[in-house]
Amino acid sequence: MSTISTTHDSVHDHAHDQPHGWRRWLFATNHKDIGTMYLIFSFVSLLAGGVMALGIRLELFQPGLQYFRPEFFNQLTTMHGLVMVFGAIMPAFVGFANWMIPLQIGAADMAFARMNNLSFWILPVAAALLFGSFLVPGGAPAGGWTLYAPLSLQMGPGMDLAIFAIHLLGASSIMGSINIIVTILNMRAPGMTLMKMPMFCWTWLITAYLLIAVMPVLAGVITMVLTDRHFGTTFFSAVGGGDPVMFQHIFWFFGHPEVYIMILPAFGIISEIVPAFSRKTLFGYSSMVYATSSIAILSFIVWAHHMFTTGMPVTGQLFFMYATMLIAVPTGVKIFNWVATMWRGSMTFETPMLWAIGFIFVFTMGGFTGLILAMAPIDIGLQDTYYVVAHFHYVLVAGSLFAMFAGFYFWCPKWTGRMANDARGKIHFWGSLIFFNLTFFPMHFLGLAGMPRRYADYPTQFTDFNMIASVSALGFGVMQVYFLLFVVLPAYRGQGVKASDCPWDGAKGLEWTIPSPAPFHTFETPPQVDFDALMHPSNSPTHAH
Amino acid sequence: MNLLAKALKAWFYLGALLAVALTPAAYANGDMPGGPKVNQLDFPAPATKIMEEIHWLNWFMIVICAIIFVGVFGVMFYSILKHRKSKGAKAASFHESTTVEIIWTVIPLIIVIAMALPATKTVVAMKDTTNSDITIKTTGYQWKWGYDYIKGQGEGISFISTLSTPREQVNNLAPKSLTYLMEVDNEMVVPVNKKIRIITTANDVIHAWAVPAFGVKQDAIPGFVRDTWFKAEKIGTFRGQCSELCGAQHAFMPIVVKVVSAEDYSKWVDAKKKEMAGNADDPSKTYTLDEQKERGVKVYAANCAACHQANGKGAGAFPAMEGSKVVLGPKEAHYQILLNGKNAMPKWSGVLSDGELAAVMTYTRNSWGNKTGEVIQTQDFVTARTVTK
Repeated sequence: MSTISTTHDSVHDHAHDQPHGWRRWLFATNHKDIGTMYLIFSFVSLLAGGVMALGIRLELFQPGLQYFRPEFFNQLTTMHGLVMVFGAIMPAFVGFANWMIPLQIGAADMAFARMNNLSFWILPVAAALLFGSFLVPGGAPAGGWTLYAPLSLQMGPGMDLAIFAIHLLGASSIMGSINIIVTILNMRAPGMTLMKMPMFCWTWLITAYLLIAVMPVLAGVITMVLTDRHFGTTFFSAVGGGDPVMFQHIFWFFGHPEVYIMILPAFGIISEIVPAFSRKTLFGYSSMVYATSSIAILSFIVWAHHMFTTGMPVTGQLFFMYATMLIAVPTGVKIFNWVATMWRGSMTFETPMLWAIGFIFVFTMGGFTGLILAMAPIDIGLQDTYYVVAHFHYVLVAGSLFAMFAGFYFWCPKWTGRMANDARGKIHFWGSLIFFNLTFFPMHFLGLAGMPRRYADYPTQFTDFNMIASVSALGFGVMQVYFLLFVVLPAYRGQGVKASDCPWDGAKGLEWTIPSPAPFHTFETPPQVDFDALMHPSNSPTHAH
Repeated sequence: MNLLAKALKAWFYLGALLAVALTPAAYANGDMPGGPKVNQLDFPAPATKIMEEIHWLNWFMIVICAIIFVGVFGVMFYSILKHRKSKGAKAASFHESTTVEIIWTVIPLIIVIAMALPATKTVVAMKDTTNSDITIKTTGYQWKWGYDYIKGQGEGISFISTLSTPREQVNNLAPKSLTYLMEVDNEMVVPVNKKIRIITTANDVIHAWAVPAFGVKQDAIPGFVRDTWFKAEKIGTFRGQCSELCGAQHAFMPIVVKVVSAEDYSKWVDAKKKEMAGNADDPSKTYTLDEQKERGVKVYAANCAACHQANGKGAGAFPAMEGSKVVLGPKEAHYQILLNGKNAMPKWSGVLSDGELAAVMTYTRNSWGNKTGEVIQTQDFVTARTVTK
């Protein structure tokens, strides 16, 4: 298997050779190069968004206004949210998809290689617009990442820049999604039926459909804001017959599926790692697929749980409360399946597995607070408080981000040809886990006690927990710089242990049949594999489902 | 381990450095009467039946979630301890069981339904705003609350409620009080054990009127009305804060509700009505420069200083009053900007009375370095309004 790609390189002409210099990146059509660029872009965004978060935490270290005026503080919270959601988490998962989906399904590349180039190179342009908004009069948008009208109608030209940036990011996401869907549906190796596909591909397939369904909705609603701002429409102004709450309905019709867009690929990564280090097949593969699909479908009918305090009719509140609580069922199934995969396995705890277990543990806490927030009466007490901030950081940082770290340590040998330093990886893991919890756990108490979110200043009674959160946030940030300098860069520079084709003895799947690092071109002819034997080597070759 | 010790030590020094670098803010240390306690861990003590139910629901959820958490992660950590390769564990080959899958789909479904049932009762109760004794319209402004008693005892009372924390405390020039950021000049006053219906709306952007101890949080939406209710069962002062991002001064528009006995409420209503009658502006009256400035400084502190600053020097995007072209220029343009607003400047017509507008305009034209000597009278604004229309 591992020789397929190398033997084929020589037969092709020079058009297939690896391009060099800046052309390799600017004109990139290779899924691995584009994947790497996505990952670099998202890590830079993560650091930029992290610096903004530390600015927020600096101001909140003590009560009173110390460093920033409230208008700038609001710009920081808004931009932190936008950058992390659209600049860090979403492109990072697309980077993972670019790298791993062709390798996992045995495809030579993504289906639309040139569109892939375009969907990446739109991102730096969008980022320039978004960050450029800090420099225009009035500064960056300051209405929260949710851009609620009519507050967003009051913003300066920075808001327009942000709207264009989001349009571009949306276009990029849609192109990326189309590419992923077509690649997965058309380019799987012979014999790999959908139900034999790795879980990461499944979760991304579903995510890509979610993206195509909701990104146009977001584009629509921000366009309505744009025309309200400049062209005299009144979609969100009662004066002209519009309705500010309609903005929230449309926004959250995008926003809630968006939450799952940011977590489903994480589920996929975890579903690859847990079996590998338990040396067992993923428990309940088909129920995992059904659970992921159910979560995706349910995500379209729960949006108004973000709006319990807008004053919905009682039937509306009850419907959205019930529908939201229902999501706990398929999510629970996923957790149970992971635990059952570990059960009676033969586990080892290399860095990827630590991150995966950390993910399951801490993400579940975010899941439980989600269930508590789903209860409309409790939510009315907690809406727009720090409890919500704690909740979504538990699912987005301890969820999405931790899963991506797990994925990095897992696939780093395939990307760089080197093992990520395991001892340093463990320091990164434990440091991040502890600082993460010290930062965000106290926010539950702040929220219960009533501290509203997006506040530049707070009553003195909230001081101690804010101080703990601020100091720990700095610690969390330092751990990520450590990760970059002492784990990522050394691996890319070729330091550390050389990786074999399959460095994890429990790892299964086509990506582990090719050399490490993966050659520039892989699977130029589709691999011929017995997927049952590949995925269940512990069973007899004649094993049938 | 050595590395860990080093990391901890480095961390300690970094923390110490940070503590020195950040000058500690001076503040009174203690629980806020009617507000949050120091390092409070739970919801505030309930002052209404609804909040009692919310408390109960929250603990009911916490207990169920904790049991599931311990169960699931008990199994996981048992497995992590026992089923590890280093202990010689051999991997089993099972990877599917429809029965098990059905069990762990159906049981959570039943648990979720059991959670939803008691919550449903509370949702229905919270939405029942019928048969109220008193109805108060609360209007969100950037950045203050307006209260209009529109039905029941006290009908006709109307006032604006603004943060009373001095700016010096916010800017760390004075020690912060116990009620820092959660104190107002005019509290909403309501009688105990009466059903109060709150109608919310807003003048500019969305705000949210919230009093945690009552279990009430309701968005105030410009151009629309929404309602909620509470029936406070305890006499005392209860505090909340605006709970929907509404712009720069979002953190500075608290809500304070004073719950009093029926007799005290009657007394308050009588006093408030007399005060309002006394305050009513007589357009025919002519005030002196000093009278207008004296009134104007209060109006300025409550409404203008948040942006234009008490020293009239402005801040960032907010223009200075001192030496301003509008303030020192023709009066007509000054009337218009006060009445109708412009960009970030809100429309003050309908928020401030003609008398207040005249006073604050006089104050800005004759304070700091501004010395026009002009006295604006209430009648001037009555006239300016007709020009506007």
